Amino acid sequence: MLSILTGTAANRRTAIASGVGLAVILVVAFLAAGAVGPAIVVAVINASIRNMVPIAFGALSGIFSERSGIVNIGIEGMMLMAAYVGFMINVALSVPGVSPILQTEPVRLGLSILGGVLAGGILGLFHALLSIRYRVDQIISGTVINMLALGLTGYFYLPGATTLGRLPPVVVNPFSADSGILFWLGEILFKKGIITYLMFALVIASTIGLFRTVWGLRTRAVGEHPRAADTLGINVHRLQYRNLFFSGCLAGLGGVFLTLEAVGTFERGMTNGRGFIALAVMIFGKWHPLGAAAGALLFGFATALQGQLQFFNINVPHQFVGMLPYLLTVIVLAGFVGRARPPAHVGKPYEIE
Amino acid sequence: MAGNNMRNGDVVLEIRGITKHFPGVLANDNVNLTLKKGEILALLGENGAGKSTLMNIVYGLYRADSGQVLLRNQEAHFASPREAIHSGIGMVHQHFQLIPVMSVAENVVLGEEVTSGAFLDRKEAVRHVRELSEQYKLRVDPDAIIEELPVGTQQRVEIIKALYRHAEILILDEPTAVLTPQEVDELFKIMRDLADRGVSIIFITHKLKEVLTIAHRIVVMRDGQVVGEATPAESTPESLAAMMVGREVLLRVQRGPAHPQDTVLDVIGLSALDDRHHHAVRDVSFSVRSGEVLGVAGVQGNGQTELVEVLTGLRHATAGRVIIHGEDLTNTSPRSVTSSGTGHVPEDRRRFGMVDNYTVAENLVLNSYYDLPFSVPPTARTLPVVMAGYIGIFLAFFAVLASIWGALWSSALWSLTLGLFGIQDVESASREAMNGPNMVELIVMLVMVLVIGYLAHRFTMWVLRRLQKAAGKPLRFGKKDRGLVLDHRQIDQHAVGLVEQFDIRTPDVDTHAGSLSGGNQQKMVVAREFGRKPRLLVAAQPTRGIDVGSIEFIHQQIIAQRDAGAAVLLVSAELDEIVALSDRIVVMYKGEIVATVDADKVTREQLGLLMAGASAEDVLGVRAA
Repeated sequence: MLSILTGTAANRRTAIASGVGLAVILVVAFLAAGAVGPAIVVAVINASIRNMVPIAFGALSGIFSERSGIVNIGIEGMMLMAAYVGFMINVALSVPGVSPILQTEPVRLGLSILGGVLAGGILGLFHALLSIRYRVDQIISGTVINMLALGLTGYFYLPGATTLGRLPPVVVNPFSADSGILFWLGEILFKKGIITYLMFALVIASTIGLFRTVWGLRTRAVGEHPRAADTLGINVHRLQYRNLFFSGCLAGLGGVFLTLEAVGTFERGMTNGRGFIALAVMIFGKWHPLGAAAGALLFGFATALQGQLQFFNINVPHQFVGMLPYLLTVIVLAGFVGRARPPAHVGKPYEIE
Repeated sequence: MAGNNMRNGDVVLEIRGITKHFPGVLANDNVNLTLKKGEILALLGENGAGKSTLMNIVYGLYRADSGQVLLRNQEAHFASPREAIHSGIGMVHQHFQLIPVMSVAENVVLGEEVTSGAFLDRKEAVRHVRELSEQYKLRVDPDAIIEELPVGTQQRVEIIKALYRHAEILILDEPTAVLTPQEVDELFKIMRDLADRGVSIIFITHKLKEVLTIAHRIVVMRDGQVVGEATPAESTPESLAAMMVGREVLLRVQRGPAHPQDTVLDVIGLSALDDRHHHAVRDVSFSVRSGEVLGVAGVQGNGQTELVEVLTGLRHATAGRVIIHGEDLTNTSPRSVTSSGTGHVPEDRRRFGMVDNYTVAENLVLNSYYDLPFSVPPTARTLPVVMAGYIGIFLAFFAVLASIWGALWSSALWSLTLGLFGIQDVESASREAMNGPNMVELIVMLVMVLVIGYLAHRFTMWVLRRLQKAAGKPLRFGKKDRGLVLDHRQIDQHAVGLVEQFDIRTPDVDTHAGSLSGGNQQKMVVAREFGRKPRLLVAAQPTRGIDVGSIEFIHQQIIAQRDAGAAVLLVSAELDEIVALSDRIVVMYKGEIVATVDADKVTREQLGLLMAGASAEDVLGVRAA
């Protein structure tokens, strides 16, 4: 199944590697279930997935942008802005007196998600405008977006704003507590918000998109050798604008996940470096959606484990336990990635002759 | 012959009175040209003659100032390559427009993809490419990844790309520049085949032999104009070269007999690995004496590159020894090889021979900037002493001035001095108000610091320079102690001299080297390496990709160095060059030296056989019998 999705041998290797990683985690989970009981294992898995979602979206955002030749270190800012906008729309629609139709759960939260995602997309377009039209250094342009988002959301932040609630689980666990393993499996598979499921769908969809469609072929061509693409009649800049919009939207989904599905409220700087971790995860995944998802899961797992470990009475200062996910990122990036090769033309502005 | 009949037929492309200005240059001046169906038209000219500009106009990359392009008797204006492609014009650029990480099929269909629904139809794309490759005898695996293919095959992919878009006119821009002789032969076969099938080909080149081999008709350009037209039958290399350069060119190098003296370079049992850790050089031994040229012949990729790198300290030898002037320099640094009196003209000048963003003057001292007269004291190790000197001198000056100032301060002279400049004595009122030194004082102090500092610097440098001159060698402690300051006056003077001597065509020595033409860049590298009168000269592909005039000049310089007593090791993939310049020839095949022969006792055919891997006994023995 995985190899059907992917194109070249290198891509296939990435897919296989992520498959193996997943299997290892499952085995470890089963072994751990015997040792500490299924409740804790399931809690760790669910926390892993919860931590994985925004990072996976961030990594997808990076893939969309870098595959088309533009470095995007503004993911953090796009996420934060989307998280804020999504939350504020939710707040505005929750105020008493707004028409009840708008306050029904699907409409209110749907509009909030849409607004947040669009905010991300607009920042993506802004990044494209700066780096394509005005040829601003792409690192600087991304940094500008990060600072802008941090400043704006911090300034307009309303402490104590309340909403009518966040995204509910799409499906409840249909198995009862006495049905054994099925119950625990259900605890993992169900009881998740729509954005989580959307993440998994988009990982698959963008894999197919990148390696199986005309759009993907052209995107990859532009990221590798825009002049070649240009001489073959591909509109390089239009493609980059479009992909940067998508990239911003994906980062936006990561952001709205935080405020509309996971936490339910907004806090200053709440993305807390996830956008940068996402970039590391993107590199770990070798610019491949499946690899990036695997990387995000790994990071999510480390974060979850870190959370669990703090409950146990282990004789390690909690600061060290808290380092675990970040330490893991460093080790994984330094040791396991090997010859990760970015798109050849990433970061350089392309000028039409 | 069917092909010939076709070539007598329709004109497919006509260029009328094309003129194109670039800032400062007239790139095309009223150029007229016709191309017939199924014809191979060679567009011959030096670098900068306007061939590529003309073709880029036809291909829609540039817009002509005036003139017309007629395609099948219809006037055509292409605003972009895309429109040219749609009208059946394909162009293979000198630098391939291929995406290295993608497969052949993906590269071919990019932009004109075959789809089924929303998805790419890979199977169909592969089938298409396979079909074209069989139809036109362009062997290539549609599933191969571009970067894993040899250059010759990549070029075939470019041709397939054009044919996939139904090109009827194919423009090949210097297609042989990057190919090995075998690949060139194969390309020519493909070109003939394409022409017989009615594809018209414009072949841009400056290589005379190739033109005579492949073209049906030759158009020669010089300085933006068409200066002549000929057929191969009525031309000789000499007549074409004269047309191209505008004067008689000596295609054969004038040289007297060699007078070899003592051995300069001794290579004993040398072995080395290439970048992929394969054995590239295997147990190679030879020696070069002063006053002779030793040519290393061989098809590219038989270990010559690695051999030169080992000799010049750029690559690690796994076994054997390199002895230059009796000194064992195996696996030392490039610097120690250079300072042993070795000049190196590297085969890839852009990567190893020069720095694009440096000026000509700076490029000309890349191998000597650290020595007299370019680098001047202070040196790294004398810097503390010099700094102490600066500070000492500064303090001395300051003490003197301060005491004068102090003397003035207490006297009425102070107010008088200020009065001279129309300044009121500020002592009484504003100084207290400002609670510190006033502006006048600050400015005076600043100026004094600058003046004294400058004088201290000049004085120190003057003393050091005098000392250095008296000593006649760099003032330094030990070999590694280098001067820290570059003397730009010396560097510029040096450059002006070399530019003159080696006829480097550049506006001035402060021009960025990257903006020179290939031939002049190479002359610059040659000037740098030859200019310091090396005892050993290692020249790898010294004339690759440059114009006839520059080739002639560089060949003369190599012989001049030989006659001046240098030992020359010449590595070249061009057999003509080897034969023209060498006194002795070694042939490399698969990393080994398969034969060592005197240049006047071997024929080109024998060398060709040796280069192709025939054994020395067979080839040379037959001749003896």
